[in-house]
Amino acid sequence: MIRKRSSRILQAAFALLVLPFLAACGDEHPQTTFQPVTEFGELINGLFYNTTAWTIAILVVVEAALIYILVRFRAREDRPDPEHIHGNTLVEIIWTVIPAIIVAVIAVPAVKAIFELQRPMDAGAFEVEVIGHQWWWEFRYPELEGVVTANEMHVPVGRTIYLTMHSADVIHSFWIPRIGGKRDVNPTPRPREGEQPKRTHLQFTINQAGEYDGQCAEYCGTAHAIMKMRVVAHEPENFDRWVQAYRATPPAPTDPLAARGQELFFRSPCIACHAISGTRAIGQIGPNLTFLGDRWTLGAGTIDNSAESIARWIRDPHGIKPGAKMPGTRAGAAGMPATGLSDEDVDAVAAYLFSLTTEASMGAVTPQPVPTDTTQPPAQAGVPTPAQTR
Amino acid sequence: MATAQATVAQPTKPTSFWHGDLKNWLTTVDHKKIGVMYGATALVFLLLGGLEALIIRTQLAAPDQTLVSPDFYNALFTMHGLTMVFLVGMPMAVAFFNFLIPLQIGARDVAFPRLNSLSYWIFLFGGLFMYSSFFFGAAPDGGWFGYANLSSREYSPGLNMDFYSLGLQILGVASIAGGVNFITTIINMRAPGMRLMRMPLFTWMAFVTSFLIITALPVLAVALFMLTFDRTWGTHFFDVMAGGDPMLWQHLFWIFGHPEVYILILPAFGIISEIIPTFSKKPLFGYSIMVYSGILIGLIGWGVWAHHMFTTGMGPIADAFFTVGTMIIAIPTGVKIFNWLATMWGGQLRFTTAMKYAIGSVATFTIGGVSGIMHATSPHDLQQHDTYFVVAHFHYVLFGGLILSIFGGFYYWWPKLTGKFLSEKIGSWQFWTLFMGFNLTFFPQHFIGLLGMPRRVFTYSEELGLGGLNMLSTAGGYLTGVGVLLFLWNVLRTRKQVADAPANPWGAATLEWATESPPVEHNFNNTPTLHSREPLWHEPEPVIEAVRGPQRESFHMPPGSWWPMFTAVGVVLALGMFMAPMWWGPLVGLAWVAVGIVNWAYEPT
Repeated sequence: MIRKRSSRILQAAFALLVLPFLAACGDEHPQTTFQPVTEFGELINGLFYNTTAWTIAILVVVEAALIYILVRFRAREDRPDPEHIHGNTLVEIIWTVIPAIIVAVIAVPAVKAIFELQRPMDAGAFEVEVIGHQWWWEFRYPELEGVVTANEMHVPVGRTIYLTMHSADVIHSFWIPRIGGKRDVNPTPRPREGEQPKRTHLQFTINQAGEYDGQCAEYCGTAHAIMKMRVVAHEPENFDRWVQAYRATPPAPTDPLAARGQELFFRSPCIACHAISGTRAIGQIGPNLTFLGDRWTLGAGTIDNSAESIARWIRDPHGIKPGAKMPGTRAGAAGMPATGLSDEDVDAVAAYLFSLTTEASMGAVTPQPVPTDTTQPPAQAGVPTPAQTR
Repeated sequence: MATAQATVAQPTKPTSFWHGDLKNWLTTVDHKKIGVMYGATALVFLLLGGLEALIIRTQLAAPDQTLVSPDFYNALFTMHGLTMVFLVGMPMAVAFFNFLIPLQIGARDVAFPRLNSLSYWIFLFGGLFMYSSFFFGAAPDGGWFGYANLSSREYSPGLNMDFYSLGLQILGVASIAGGVNFITTIINMRAPGMRLMRMPLFTWMAFVTSFLIITALPVLAVALFMLTFDRTWGTHFFDVMAGGDPMLWQHLFWIFGHPEVYILILPAFGIISEIIPTFSKKPLFGYSIMVYSGILIGLIGWGVWAHHMFTTGMGPIADAFFTVGTMIIAIPTGVKIFNWLATMWGGQLRFTTAMKYAIGSVATFTIGGVSGIMHATSPHDLQQHDTYFVVAHFHYVLFGGLILSIFGGFYYWWPKLTGKFLSEKIGSWQFWTLFMGFNLTFFPQHFIGLLGMPRRVFTYSEELGLGGLNMLSTAGGYLTGVGVLLFLWNVLRTRKQVADAPANPWGAATLEWATESPPVEHNFNNTPTLHSREPLWHEPEPVIEAVRGPQRESFHMPPGSWWPMFTAVGVVLALGMFMAPMWWGPLVGLAWVAVGIVNWAYEPT
């Protein structure tokens, strides 16, 4: 006969265990750790399921034993006082050795995985340099000269990706759950003579094209919660096309508002902080704005991207993203005075920036060849040569 | 009924330790009064920390909410963590240490009664100092772990992180003094026959905890001085531009921080180890193993700190070492759980509220231990770290393991403390409300974390699809709050009761149950001689005769003193003045402390 107390306990336990699944079922979870698209993610999930199996087994045994004890040995008047047993050496040995064996079964594959995941860079890996900022991400691509993106990382599928990471200010952490675990992005001390600066790394191969979302995972100040990023993994042919398009100089905008915006942009304080590849905007302080029209969000995942959003952002970044270090049109920030742009000017600049898309430029562009002549100064996102304008 | 009771003659009890006017309480050096003050103050901080938690949970109940600003939210989770660890968890343990240790070992007070009082006043003033920061709009906002270099003057220009570093420094002095006091008491002041391996397990766990306190808190003190000097005097311990390294802070903080969590949980293990045998009518199974595993946990706890740093890029050898060490520490911990189950096996189990709490604590701590092993699998910890999965883990071990046992301890020792009983009927409702509320709050968070929500975020976006689980967790938070309020109601209801509890209402075995309920100020009329681990089960008559029978010994109880409170003010000044613009500020505080100590030293006792 099941006593009322134990059946109440079982009902409560069941409800607690099942309810979260019911609540979560049917929702899409773009940042789930349970659907990895890399060998990194699959390896660590395999370890997790191994640990979970053993530990849940122990948990079930312990909790079941507890419930059995609570039922079987409940005080009853008709029973004599219990025998005073002070211990049992054999039993102590058994329940020390068995957990020790389980620990070994869990630990060995874990240690092997640690070394596998932190192996030196695979030959032929695609390198990306990740630089964390308060509160946005900078991505540089050593293999793709002159390509710099902000908050969106573009990589090819099927090739080892090797991230080299550090922070320009405080500790951040790079985490795209469907790609795998996170790694801190640390501000690093000036290296000593002959030493390389300390960096942290992640290495993985993405096996499925798509867009994978993540966010900073180390508390880094006011806007930590809205410091998001996205990895865009392209099939290799599409990736080559993206690189080509990204390195092309954007054509002059046809829309008169955007054209006026272009003229205003290059005369404004904006270019002190921001860069647009292939133009004379080469500011390195704020996020790179090349092909801003393609970006999935503004403000590192804070708001959707549109000409109106860009205008709102230029007017008042802090109203949208508290703590943002960009000055607005009326209020300064982080030592920079307000930009003083008028509302009409802001609309024009926003139209210009939103018009910068690879789609618009793919139609009218001559792709830049990779420079082979090292005597020339590097064709960075710098002064457009006469051959490149228009 | 009131009239019936009024006509029946009540045996007059000797004057209890509660007796005393305001001056008596303010100058008290009685370990029992100090224990009460620690417990009451910690309860108030529990309510404040709980309020902070409820605001956090309300903000997170749905995505993209703007109930509080990001900066205020960041201060809320920082203060919630600081409050629960330093102003609730540790002081509650010390409240129990204070009240119980002398009573359990047959001593009349601790080794250094005035030092004991100093610890309390520094705790109270330190807590007030930290909370005063809210009134300056400068509550600490760098997380309870205060990572450099976010904590630097450059990235935290306000006073917030000064309140953090100086407030914790102040509180650390109180803890270290307490640790010294309890170690000395346990080594030197046990009654005849109270061999170390005859001490109640609670006192044993307090003993190990005190060693952890005096060795771990100084590490934090060093780290906090480095932070204070960086922020105030322009040193560069954590300044990368000058060759410093924020990683140094992390190592120092966690070398403190991991022993700290054992400082928090070992007292809970002690409480559970007292409650379960009493309500099983059987002695603790495997007493020696319970002692040795506690010591082992304390020792191994020094070797696992960097499991908080698996994502920092320490390299595979360090990662592997800490992975294995962390898994190993699960073994002595698991052994304790099995020994508690074996204690209950074959017993006569009485499900008083205290027993429900002790069992609930074991059940939930085991769940927390399981998620701990999942963290220890370090390659997957790269997913779990800094997500709500970790928040779930540590709330299961700390709320489930520590707070539930503290509530159990309250219900268990309340009759000894006050001579009154907390209502068992309300207690049952209170237990189930708190237990269900707690599980509803934190169980979903395992899933919230693994489905992609990081920690320390003032909001999250709709797209993550985690609104439902978060709402569930928030509902649990409110239920938990109701559970805490029910406890307060239970306490307040007892004010009108008559203090007529017998000395040993539960039929327990350990020495404190031989004293009056509540005990007299001097604890024992005569110091008893012990011959067993369970004196009240094996030799009750001679022990009770010595403790409560006619007094044959003469002894001197220490008088009260203002100097500990006075000196405590000096400690707060000495450290708080680092925030002041003049360089000689701290020296004023040091001079104040010196005046206090000299007067203390020459005061007649």
